[in-house]
Amino acid sequence: MSDEQTFLDALSARADRRGAEPTWVAARRQAGAARFEAMGFPTRRDEAFKYTDVRAIARGDFTLSQDAQDVTPLSPATAAALTLPLKALRLTFVDGIFAPELSDLAALPAGVSVEPLSQALAANHEAVGGALGRLAGVDFSPFTALNTAFAEEGAVIRLAPGTVVEAPILVQFLSRANQVPLMSHPRVLIEAGSRSEATVIEHQVGEEGAANFSNLVSEVMLERGAILTHYKLQEAALTDLHVSSLHIDQGRDSRFTSFNLNLGGSLVRNDIVADMNAQGAEANYFGLFFAQGRQHVDNHTLVNHNAPHTFSNENYKGILGDRAHGVFNGKVIVRRDSQKIEAHQSNANLLLSDRAEIDTKPELEIYADDVKCSHGATTGQLDEEAIFALRARGISDETARGLLTLAFAGEVMDQVALDAIAERVERTVAGKLPERFNLAGLVEAAAALDEE
Amino acid sequence: MASEEMEQLVRREYTQGFVTDIESDTMPPGLDENTIAFISKKKGEPEWMLEWRLKAYHQWLKMTSPSWAHLDYPPIDYQAISYYSAPKKDEDRPQSLDEVDPKLLETYEKLGIPLHERAALAGVAVDAVFDSVSVTTTFKDKLAEAGVIFCSISEAIRDYPELIKQYLGTVVPSADNYFAALNSAVFTDGSFVFVPEGVTCPMELSTYFRINAANTGQFERTLIICEKQAQVSYLEGCTAPQRDENQLHAAVVELVALEDAYIKYSTVQNWYPGDEDGKGGIYNFVTKRGDCRGDRSRISWTQVETGSAITWKYPSCVLRGKDSIGEFYSVAVTNGRQQADTGTKMIHIGEGTRSSIISKGISAGRSNQSYRGLVKIGPRAKGARNFTQCDSLLIGDQCGAHTFPYQEIGNSTATVEHEATTSKIGEDQLFYCQSRGISEEDAVSMIVNGFCKDVFQELPMEFAVEAEALLNVTLEGAVG
Repeated sequence: MSDEQTFLDALSARADRRGAEPTWVAARRQAGAARFEAMGFPTRRDEAFKYTDVRAIARGDFTLSQDAQDVTPLSPATAAALTLPLKALRLTFVDGIFAPELSDLAALPAGVSVEPLSQALAANHEAVGGALGRLAGVDFSPFTALNTAFAEEGAVIRLAPGTVVEAPILVQFLSRANQVPLMSHPRVLIEAGSRSEATVIEHQVGEEGAANFSNLVSEVMLERGAILTHYKLQEAALTDLHVSSLHIDQGRDSRFTSFNLNLGGSLVRNDIVADMNAQGAEANYFGLFFAQGRQHVDNHTLVNHNAPHTFSNENYKGILGDRAHGVFNGKVIVRRDSQKIEAHQSNANLLLSDRAEIDTKPELEIYADDVKCSHGATTGQLDEEAIFALRARGISDETARGLLTLAFAGEVMDQVALDAIAERVERTVAGKLPERFNLAGLVEAAAALDEE
Repeated sequence: MASEEMEQLVRREYTQGFVTDIESDTMPPGLDENTIAFISKKKGEPEWMLEWRLKAYHQWLKMTSPSWAHLDYPPIDYQAISYYSAPKKDEDRPQSLDEVDPKLLETYEKLGIPLHERAALAGVAVDAVFDSVSVTTTFKDKLAEAGVIFCSISEAIRDYPELIKQYLGTVVPSADNYFAALNSAVFTDGSFVFVPEGVTCPMELSTYFRINAANTGQFERTLIICEKQAQVSYLEGCTAPQRDENQLHAAVVELVALEDAYIKYSTVQNWYPGDEDGKGGIYNFVTKRGDCRGDRSRISWTQVETGSAITWKYPSCVLRGKDSIGEFYSVAVTNGRQQADTGTKMIHIGEGTRSSIISKGISAGRSNQSYRGLVKIGPRAKGARNFTQCDSLLIGDQCGAHTFPYQEIGNSTATVEHEATTSKIGEDQLFYCQSRGISEEDAVSMIVNGFCKDVFQELPMEFAVEAEALLNVTLEGAVG
């Protein structure tokens, strides 16, 4: 049986158990399944997957989480340890299934609606149908096709025009260490009305030893003047498999900022695609990937400058140790007649081990002439002279390396406005720092020195 | 600056497009084993060479034309191409310039390359390839004195079979890619250079060749070997007459540098780019690769690409030897409907290897240009170093400039840097020049030449002058 057939069988088995659905949902599932069957899983011969081998997913035997039996529920203590210590509007999914007891939407301000996809569909499926799948078509990749075919749960976030949401909206995906590996295909839809403003966090996190496959597709629509900050904090267990794609449609004068922070997962692939369709749109991509052991992290980003007077800026940092493998592919396309464009892209990588590997490809495809575009990519190691300078001041080798690694990530982490997220990342990146080393104290001392 | 003068300049005809009427001993179009046997026999090759060609041919049959490049062209009918063409007097080759067919010399005159004068004045030995057979080779004696072998590849196959057997196809294996396989099967001529241990070649070697005779693809094969501590600078320049049908050009160049050797390979390419609708023009599918086999060896590629309808070319360096150096300097200019997908590969294998890549692309008119490069650092390449800079200049709003740099780094001691920019000529720069009484056209020319300076200064003197002139002719009209 082919790898694809396993998934198609799971799909038809699910279809038999699932109740009646609106016609458009069923039709879309069929289209997704047909497209997936036609494309099959990507191989290293596909340019988009040249450096990423997805056989661990294709050959995996995953039970659809909706069909899973005898699963031990997540203990509240574990859930509390995993979740971000943050005052937020909270929507929680455990292995892709909505967990109302771990969600908190009590403080939902006026003009904002945050609900699980299943509830949104039950309440008014036509309102979802118009937007869902508009950006992430089944043709984008076999994984979006697969998601379209399977997706039953996820989050629908709607912001009415002019709404400014102070508290971040946290959508968390918890992954359990199950007896059998599970798969989930969550779908997130964010519609931001004109001049609305919000911060959305997608948080992937799991119990140690979790080895599930999650395939997330998110669609973000920004109307005129909308401002959205999107965090994706991926701290899945080191055995988890994760594929995601984030699609953004930007209206006039809208601003989208993405933080793509990857710390976990054994095989991770993220795609981000922004379409800037009207003048004045601005997109900022910040990314950090930190991989150790035999982790494989692949980030593909694409910025489409479809309209004149649009601006994009991208900064990705990679830190790779042990036998980790990192991939970065950043692409900027400037369409014909999209004049007065500014697009900048930078990718810096730090290799901490001889067996770590990075494959990076910053691409530019430009069909207009009045543009200012640049890209840069560097790969190197920690500066031995800087380490020496720190050691001469009585700091151990290990600590010096930890500090310098942290400093390398600083350019991206400085942009992170949410302390809870920054701390999680910095703790992992500087993980080798000994307990007694008071990092916070050092930072404060340095800040105090600056002020003097 | 879209004045009428400009328009006229843009529509300038290809000044070097003309056909010399020499009866060619041309084979009918088509490719099969007989064609290859014919070429091999015509060249008086030994049996093993024919076998080598046939093996490549069979591999080629199994391969498919690559489609990954950012190029758009109709499929090539390989059976519609004639694979052999040589000036008639094949058996009694001229021994000196006086014996050369005056029409040939006339051709060189039209090109502005007085062969004898050029050779004597500039001290350049010229192995002029007219179509497929070397017509004359000068300065042979002087080179022989130094122990340098410089001849056509056909002669080399006959006279130095051991060297050929040892090196041919070791840098670019015959099954390396579609066009290399085709070339290995049907190559008709090209140059062979061998510089023995410790010898610095006393003069710059140069091959001026032209594609002539309609419908004949030119398949050169060049092989340059530098033994320990040897040095050579090789110049290659090309022009072709105006034709309506696309001419296929699939050359293979192999360079081998042993310990402490240095090979500098410079190219000025100005083949017919096609008319304003993109009709005609040369298809240039070239495989160029240098192998730094020895420690501390160095290979340097410099190219100025202004012609051809389609360019598919990636001069590369395999840095095997410890502390070996690879360099790539390129200026590519596309105008009209030209398409170029060009760049380089630097494969770092040995310890302490270094490479630098400077690529300047200028696109104008409705042309499209891509830089496609690979920097690969292997696990054993301790302390490897690469610096890449690729800048694109866009002239006009109908052209495209693209960058596809691949970096594959598997060593933590490596340092790899890549930077690229894309922009147009700054209005402020133009204004600055014009406010000082420099015409807009001259200002553009100055700015473009300044943009390319890093590469031009790497070219040998004679080529640098020619390159600058070429650049001006190609671009002046395009600014608007």
